[in-house]
Amino acid sequence: MTWADTLLLLPELIAATGASILLIVPVLGGRARGHMAKWAMLALMAVTALAVIGSTYAVAGVQQTPTFRAMFAVDAFSVFFKLLFVVVIALVTLLSEDFLSEERYSTWEYYSLLAFALCGMMFMASGVSLITIYIGLELLALSSYILAGYYKNHEESTEAAMKYFILGTVSSAILLYGISLIYGVCGSMRLSTIAAALSTMLSNDALMFGIMLLAAGLCFKIAAVPFHVWTPDVYVGAPTPISAFLSTGSKAAAFAVFARVFYVAFPAFHLDWSNVLAAIAALSMIVGNLAAITQTNVKRMLAYSSISHAGYSLLGIIAMNEMGLRGILIYTMVYVFANLGIWATILMLRRHAYAGESVEDFRGLHKRAPFAAFSMVVFLLSLGGIPPTAGFIGKYFLFAAAVQAGFGWLAIVAVVMSAVSMFYYLRLVVAMYLEEGSGAETIYSPSLRFVTALSLTVTLVVGFIPELPIRQVIESSSHLVGRVVQR
Amino acid sequence: MPSTSDFLMLSATLFTVGLIGVILRRNMITVLMCIELMLNAVNINLVTFSHMLGSLEGQIFTIFVITVAAGEAAVGLAIIIQLYRLKSSINVDDARNLNG
Amino acid sequence: MLDKLWLIPLIPFAGFLLNGLFGKKIGNGLVTAVALAASGLTAMVSTLAVFQYLGAYPDHGRHLDRVYNWFTAGGIGTDVAFQLDPLSIVMLMVVTWVGFLIHLYSVGYMGEEDGYGRYFAYLNLFLSAMLILVLGSSYLFIFVGWEGVGLCSYLLIGFYYDRDYAAAAGKKAFIVNRIGDFGFLIAMFLMFNYAGTVDFAGVQSMAARGQLTPTVITAICLLLFLGACGKSAQIPLYIWLPDAMAGPTPVSALIHAATMVTAGVYMLVRSNLLYRMSPSAMMVVALIGGLTALFSATIAVAQNDIKKVLAYSTVSQLGFMFIGVGVGAFTSGIFHLVTHAFFKACLFLGAGSVIHAMGGEQDMRKMGGLRKKIPTTFWTFTVATIAISGFPPFAGFFSKDEILASAFATPYFPAVGKLVWLMGTVAAFFTAFYMFRLWYLTFTGDFRGTHEQEHHLHESPWTMTFPLQVLAVLSIIGGFIGLPQMLHTPVTNLLEHWMQPVIPEIEGIGKLIEIPVGTEATVALVSTLLAALAWYLARQRYRGRGLAADLATEQSHPGLVHTLENKYYVDEGYDATVVTPLRQLSIFSWKVIDGIIDGTLGLVGYTVAAIGDLLRFFQTGNVRNYALMLFGAVVILMWVFA
Repeated sequence: MTWADTLLLLPELIAATGASILLIVPVLGGRARGHMAKWAMLALMAVTALAVIGSTYAVAGVQQTPTFRAMFAVDAFSVFFKLLFVVVIALVTLLSEDFLSEERYSTWEYYSLLAFALCGMMFMASGVSLITIYIGLELLALSSYILAGYYKNHEESTEAAMKYFILGTVSSAILLYGISLIYGVCGSMRLSTIAAALSTMLSNDALMFGIMLLAAGLCFKIAAVPFHVWTPDVYVGAPTPISAFLSTGSKAAAFAVFARVFYVAFPAFHLDWSNVLAAIAALSMIVGNLAAITQTNVKRMLAYSSISHAGYSLLGIIAMNEMGLRGILIYTMVYVFANLGIWATILMLRRHAYAGESVEDFRGLHKRAPFAAFSMVVFLLSLGGIPPTAGFIGKYFLFAAAVQAGFGWLAIVAVVMSAVSMFYYLRLVVAMYLEEGSGAETIYSPSLRFVTALSLTVTLVVGFIPELPIRQVIESSSHLVGRVVQR
Repeated sequence: MPSTSDFLMLSATLFTVGLIGVILRRNMITVLMCIELMLNAVNINLVTFSHMLGSLEGQIFTIFVITVAAGEAAVGLAIIIQLYRLKSSINVDDARNLNG
Repeated sequence: MLDKLWLIPLIPFAGFLLNGLFGKKIGNGLVTAVALAASGLTAMVSTLAVFQYLGAYPDHGRHLDRVYNWFTAGGIGTDVAFQLDPLSIVMLMVVTWVGFLIHLYSVGYMGEEDGYGRYFAYLNLFLSAMLILVLGSSYLFIFVGWEGVGLCSYLLIGFYYDRDYAAAAGKKAFIVNRIGDFGFLIAMFLMFNYAGTVDFAGVQSMAARGQLTPTVITAICLLLFLGACGKSAQIPLYIWLPDAMAGPTPVSALIHAATMVTAGVYMLVRSNLLYRMSPSAMMVVALIGGLTALFSATIAVAQNDIKKVLAYSTVSQLGFMFIGVGVGAFTSGIFHLVTHAFFKACLFLGAGSVIHAMGGEQDMRKMGGLRKKIPTTFWTFTVATIAISGFPPFAGFFSKDEILASAFATPYFPAVGKLVWLMGTVAAFFTAFYMFRLWYLTFTGDFRGTHEQEHHLHESPWTMTFPLQVLAVLSIIGGFIGLPQMLHTPVTNLLEHWMQPVIPEIEGIGKLIEIPVGTEATVALVSTLLAALAWYLARQRYRGRGLAADLATEQSHPGLVHTLENKYYVDEGYDATVVTPLRQLSIFSWKVIDGIIDGTLGLVGYTVAAIGDLLRFFQTGNVRNYALMLFGAVVILMWVFA
């Protein structure tokens, strides 16, 4: 490791250092100044974003040591995701403001954990060795467990943390076991070396077990059926801003890993694993959407909806073609923003602790908060994939990729299920626009307003002029797809 | 001298024992220990492969896994303490308010 | 104007924004001004654009106005581009001008309702989406309008949110439409996969050059037709349209009669080249169209709600249009679309005027004798009734007979064509019957409502009667754009010549229909006679007597004895042999078949909910169960793989 390598690691180093500083501020007497934590965190995000952008320029100029290259890559793909993560964490910071001030929990530690989670996510996006990926994943997971239980005095929150912890660690053990088998068969942890080894290899049980266990571990992180069981309970029990984080940032990071590992390391055995993943994707879409229909708690409904969205995104991995990878990138972005916008609206209705999350709370919202209600409709339409919102563009790419790859039946399931999904999304629209009555009161702080406005802008811009974002996505993904074509 | 496959069998057995333990045991501390068992099973795998392949990567990874396991234990124990404070019990069956 | 076609959908969109955001603040007067200005302006801009088009394209070619590149990166996108060609122009004129008339009508009709601004905002948004749908130059781009009109229809059906069934009806409409959209989407993916484009011209030229295999073409055609079935309410996806009557009546006229529901017909005519290459797909279209026309016409006979009669009638008339498209007479489908827009909008608005006069009453059993009270509504309604029943020389006669004659003479599948012709002819007979039943029940005899309602009866304000008058005139003369060859008038088949560039004759691809004069005359004569018979039967049964005859039928034997003693026993003889069985058939279709299709949808919904509950059952809340599920899933994965 040389200074040049350090330069490329700068974003992660900044995030980690920042997180550590945030952690010791209260010890140094900063606890009283809790309100400053938000600004410190936002400043940290800004610096990290600059460092991420800077690293793209640095990468061309510096000489990396071979060991470093084998572990960590600064490429367009990772930069795309890192920037997305920084924005997500910044928005989650804004979402958390009211929650923290109402509940009087220590703010500095909370933000510190978010910053550590960011650091883990960035390692996940950049990891080109299973070691780096695992470390990043665990850093994210450990921070998430604590954050899920941040409502120290609420049984539900603690229960959520407990469930998340047990199932999360079991699943990462499963993932690790898969990694160890792959290592045993291929002799390396490095993704490209694995790919090279596999290209000359015949299918064997140890390898297949390895790939499947790895897939199972990642499916847990993205909440795909049948590894989804934790999702509804944790989303409901965790503090709402953390549910927002888990359903967006954490999921996006898992997809970054999923995409890179499967596109780079395992294209040779595409035929073997694609059918299994197709079954998982179909199950996720079906179970997620059907279970969401009967829910009356909005957080639980969103949890099931997020399970179904994991299913849609999986289409992009199953398809294993250019369009599929592009689809994942676009869809992740689109989904993240629509979801953050919805969570912002839920938080706005938050009266106390867990209130403000049943469908009834949304009644007549368009009279009390017209802007929030309108943007909520746009977000819901985006999740449902109705043009000209961004969600349509994302789904369009994913479904087209599936058809192109010969998974027509999966595309049919996906289209039918997204029609079903409108059923429960519309329930919120009906409550907001077509039902009278007093829902929850609204506290619409400037931070929430900002999050809503930004998410709305992205959702509409990607919907109306998708050409630019798509170009960006192609640039960010083409170097991974190149390998597929070579095969 | 046991062969490579013996070590792999040991690891697989330990892993399964750990996983079944998580499913069967109600005491949260025991569950935590079972999880440690699973991670250590992986460590045996990694070290075995490392020896077999003559590659250092596996051993390096083992050290990382041990470190992570320590972190997990810390977080797990913290959650157990919080659970006990609120419920006066560390039986995982007692925490099932979130369902449906 | 030709390079500013985007203004056409943008103007109503601006109206939507103004009324949607500031509707409550600016008051009803300004809301009216904004809404009328938006719809009127867009109609005038469209007309201007059409005149310029006529000047610039004497050969009536395709004018393309590319606004910007929506997305093409990745090879599966399209431009945001608008096109003008004879087909778009026909649709554009119908949508904008009928749309404007209905905006005007709404001013009077909705004047006393809450949410006046909201109503006009949605109506303008609808207009905008509909214009994207008819002007868009690719399947992908019109899909935006396609979903947009569905959304507006949903919002407008659920407009009276204080009525429980309205929200449910809106939701039903949206979900059923989404089922149809599924076909549309998959068809687009197939186009991308096999043709590499979704541009109308691009797909057609690929198909014409033989780059697509027949199987792919048939698949695309059938999937597109599935989409059309949802939007245009054909069997089995028609179930949402009768429920959609929960919305305000002008909405039923605009969206659920004149414009949106015809989008499916428009799309099929747009894709006529593909259909002509796949006779089997055409046969499916023709058969479904014929079945729908017949089936819903029989149901309409048993309805007592004035709007429900018109709703089933719309489904039936859409079936006629699909017959036309399906047998290869694309122009006749569009012809009927246009005339239907005139007379059905007139009927719906007339019904709205009746309901308005009755203070919200929609049940025909409580009406009667309205002829003197609301004279303008009466005469316009009468004209439209004659037009839809198919009496010459009113608009409906020419378009319907062109469809039926084409079905009779179709070269694609002669035997099936005759069958479809038969279904259509019987449906036409029913059409005349239920329309005159409605007409006699509503306008003749004695008033059967309450005294209060009778006192309240009044003619509607001019904003409502003026559109009625315009539409009535159009219902009389609208058919002259497609006078059949056999009449030897100076101009015949105006519409067909106009549409020629859209439906080009290409060597080796399904020929266009040529109807022998003899066939045309015979078909016209048969259906006119049948319509006259239906009118006579309805007259005997309902004139001045309200529903007495219907009630008698329902009371079975005692009623039959009673009628035998009655001095009308000759007429009752007719009833017993012809009308009563027909009526029973109608009740059967309505109660049983309609019930089955609707029930199936309900059952699907119930099953879905049951599965949802079952899944909740698995979510026990016990983390050890979750771990077991995780373990089980891993074991299954390994087992499947090894």
